[in-house]
Amino acid sequence: MLAIPALLQAQVPSVGINDITDIFKPLGTQAELDKAAALLVCYVCLGIFLVVGGLIAYAIFRYRRDPNDNTHQEPAQVYGSNQIEIAWTVIPILIVFTLTGVTARIIAASQDAKLPKTALKVTVIGHQWWWEYRYPDLGIVTANELHIPVSDRSEANAVYITEQSVDVAHSFWVPQLSGKTDVIPNRDNHLWIDAHQPGLYLGNCTEYCGTQHANMLIRVIAQPKAEFDKWVENERRAAVGSGGENALEAAAQAGASGAPMLQNASLNTNAQQPQANSAGTKLVQDKLVFESLACVNCHTVKGTPAIGKFGPDLTHLASRSTIAAGMIPNTTADLRAWVDDPQTVKPGCLMPSMKLTDKQLDQVVEYLQSLK
Amino acid sequence: MASIDYPLQHPITHEKHMSFSEWLFSWITTVDHKRLGIMYMTTAIIFLAIAGLMATVIRLQLAVPANHLVDPDTFNRLFTMHGTTMVFFVGMPIVAGMSNFLVPIMVGARDMAFPRLNAFGYWIFLFGGILLYSSYVIGDGLQGAGSAPDVGWFAYAPLTERAFSRGASTDFWTLGILIAGLGSLASAVNVIATCISLRCPGMTLIRMPLFVWLMFVDAFIIILALPPLTAAQVMLLMDRYLGAHFFDTQAGGSALLWQHFFWIFGHPEVYILVFPAFATVSEIIPVFSRKPIFGRAAMVGATIAIGFISFGVWAHHMFAVGMTSVSNTFFAASTMIIAVPTGVKIFNWTATMYGGKLRMDTPMLFCLAFLFQFLVAGLTGVMLGMVPFDWQLTDSYFVVGHFHFVLVGGIVFAVFGGIYYWFPKAFGKMLNEKLGKLHFWLFVVGFNVTFIPMHFVGFTGMPRRVYTYAPGRGWEFWNMVETIGVLFQALSILTFLVNVVYSLRSGQEAGDDPWDGWTLEWTTSSPPPEYNFEKLPVVRSSRPLWDLKHPQDPDWKYE
Repeated sequence: MLAIPALLQAQVPSVGINDITDIFKPLGTQAELDKAAALLVCYVCLGIFLVVGGLIAYAIFRYRRDPNDNTHQEPAQVYGSNQIEIAWTVIPILIVFTLTGVTARIIAASQDAKLPKTALKVTVIGHQWWWEYRYPDLGIVTANELHIPVSDRSEANAVYITEQSVDVAHSFWVPQLSGKTDVIPNRDNHLWIDAHQPGLYLGNCTEYCGTQHANMLIRVIAQPKAEFDKWVENERRAAVGSGGENALEAAAQAGASGAPMLQNASLNTNAQQPQANSAGTKLVQDKLVFESLACVNCHTVKGTPAIGKFGPDLTHLASRSTIAAGMIPNTTADLRAWVDDPQTVKPGCLMPSMKLTDKQLDQVVEYLQSLK
Repeated sequence: MASIDYPLQHPITHEKHMSFSEWLFSWITTVDHKRLGIMYMTTAIIFLAIAGLMATVIRLQLAVPANHLVDPDTFNRLFTMHGTTMVFFVGMPIVAGMSNFLVPIMVGARDMAFPRLNAFGYWIFLFGGILLYSSYVIGDGLQGAGSAPDVGWFAYAPLTERAFSRGASTDFWTLGILIAGLGSLASAVNVIATCISLRCPGMTLIRMPLFVWLMFVDAFIIILALPPLTAAQVMLLMDRYLGAHFFDTQAGGSALLWQHFFWIFGHPEVYILVFPAFATVSEIIPVFSRKPIFGRAAMVGATIAIGFISFGVWAHHMFAVGMTSVSNTFFAASTMIIAVPTGVKIFNWTATMYGGKLRMDTPMLFCLAFLFQFLVAGLTGVMLGMVPFDWQLTDSYFVVGHFHFVLVGGIVFAVFGGIYYWFPKAFGKMLNEKLGKLHFWLFVVGFNVTFIPMHFVGFTGMPRRVYTYAPGRGWEFWNMVETIGVLFQALSILTFLVNVVYSLRSGQEAGDDPWDGWTLEWTTSSPPPEYNFEKLPVVRSSRPLWDLKHPQDPDWKYE
């Protein structure tokens, strides 16, 4: 909680830190449509407020009883006027008619828009209290930080979202990109978004979904296409340390076949320094510790025996800037505190404290931080 | 026209001294509509104080980001109980209480049509409220023993299903409301029967005071709107205990089905709650402007129109659930259309003041604040009817601001106006004007300081029902302001309670007709005898007392 500014680091360049969820500073087509409707109805309503409010205020000040008037003379008794009644019924009907027409057009433009065939398909899955993101065409499963390519004049990159929930109703709202669409169990909802600028877009779950509804945060990271493709490439890999099919991977296989092989296995991987060797050895032990604990029942680390589905996919956890659904930064201290006892960090969340020893904690955290 | 004596004369009421237990017994066993009305209103004010204190804790928790005053489970129970209490155990008894006290006496009847049913309605309602609150002591839920409901006041499925809401806390919510609803139905049946069959000679339907008209239509809305909720609650109980799967999405049930059931009750419910406010304002503004209501027939027509249209707007609570564009457009249109009759009402109230001589006593002050605040509430409602805007705003703090403008800025203000207006009739003592004005100004300031900023934080993306928020999102300043506003509101309610106690003990004697009113309740003594009228009045217009006070220029010549 102390390192909150860190959570907001990669914000959208042209937007102040306080405006990052301002619906009147849209940076996506949907949000721009919403703003157009919003401005129209805001101006109309402001106009009505000034006229009607002004008439009420005028009546109050013009017709208040003179304190010196003790005559008990009653004012003229007026019972009504059909012409006036008709006028102030018809005029609002015309206003309403106009607003409804505009609404209908924008609804159609927004909901019934044809998607470009190139749209990136993403499945957003709501869980109590975190988000799962799947890219079915890319074979990626990740959590809590949604990466999308920027869509600008040079290149249109719409993102077509299918929303599902595994438990209760949630709602997906990133104000600068689009209005919200509820995430409802046993039902597929759809939404398309596009981000006009690279950067970080924040949002919240906006349908009350239980104890930790408040900390079910959304982070959308829009990147230039090339950068996004690089991210995709990394995400598609199985669990890795730095440098591709590297020491850890090889060492892990070696580790599986027994300790005496470790030294050799490490040596086989090219260009490793002796120091890195011992680090690699240590990571292998960390990995074994992680896999020997109950972590693997709920979490997946692709390419390892960890294939649990209940919690977020951890394959590339270290590449994310936050943990606990955007609640805390992904630093060593925060990650350690989280693994130690999630209930003190995010009371009521569905991850229990595994009562790890200090040594186990260090090892698990080190392993998780290697999952770049 | 000699059916009502003027100047007014009444029999001397013989008050015999009672011991405390006799006094208590007389209240518990009473079937007198006025006593039941007072009991409903007192209960409502007690629940208002409890739920108001809950709101204060909620605001204190949200005053600063990342606060740890209460834990998330406690917070979730607080907003659930706050909402549930305010709607079902403050708003609903105000409907029943005001119509109980005033409808018979305004139509010149000696009691409600079914006095015993009336008493039953009150006690079953009270039982529902006690049952709901007993969950804090005997309920068990996800968090163990002593768990109040924590599913939000509209209790969306499937959060209420056994898989996600273990224990019985949700059942306290379901049964408490279901049982209290019986009381509302009993009271509604009674109002309709009274209006139809107990009007005094000469009081045709169109001559009924606007107050009575509104409560009459309100009773129909209650009878039509409550059954869907009751049915859905029974279905939920079946899901939870009999293995049904109506809303159980894990077994193929529908989460949206609950939402449709709930809101087809829930939106008419808003009008159920606001009608007593409309009713009160429709009585107070004419009397304090010294003019008849402008466009009486249009007012009655608008009331009936609202009653009908209110059943066709429910899905505007659900624009974000993924309905088709056609459904969304339909509900956008119906939502905006209902603004028209509501607008007509505001115009007529305003026109009533034109050319009048406005007396700025406390009841009128509350009604004038009502006019402005309800205007704002209506306009933010139109904004929410603009579907693309609603996609951004729904379930954000903007909505919280909007409906508190309706429920507090509209209803609570008008009802306080009504309490200042009719308290002298109920107890024979005037409420103190100085304390009343202090109460009013504290409340106006506190209310607006609390709820206007909620619209702004909604614009900047703050969702509702969050127990905390991170610093750096731009919400800190307004949240602190909102919390400061609550302290003013708390002070104002305290002032009101002091005023009631002080005025009951040593308030100025009211006399029968302290406001120079025009409807039948002012023809009898204050407080009225149990039988209301010694002789049943006979009326010839909608302002019988105006006719008596101005025999040379009576209303019935023009109606």
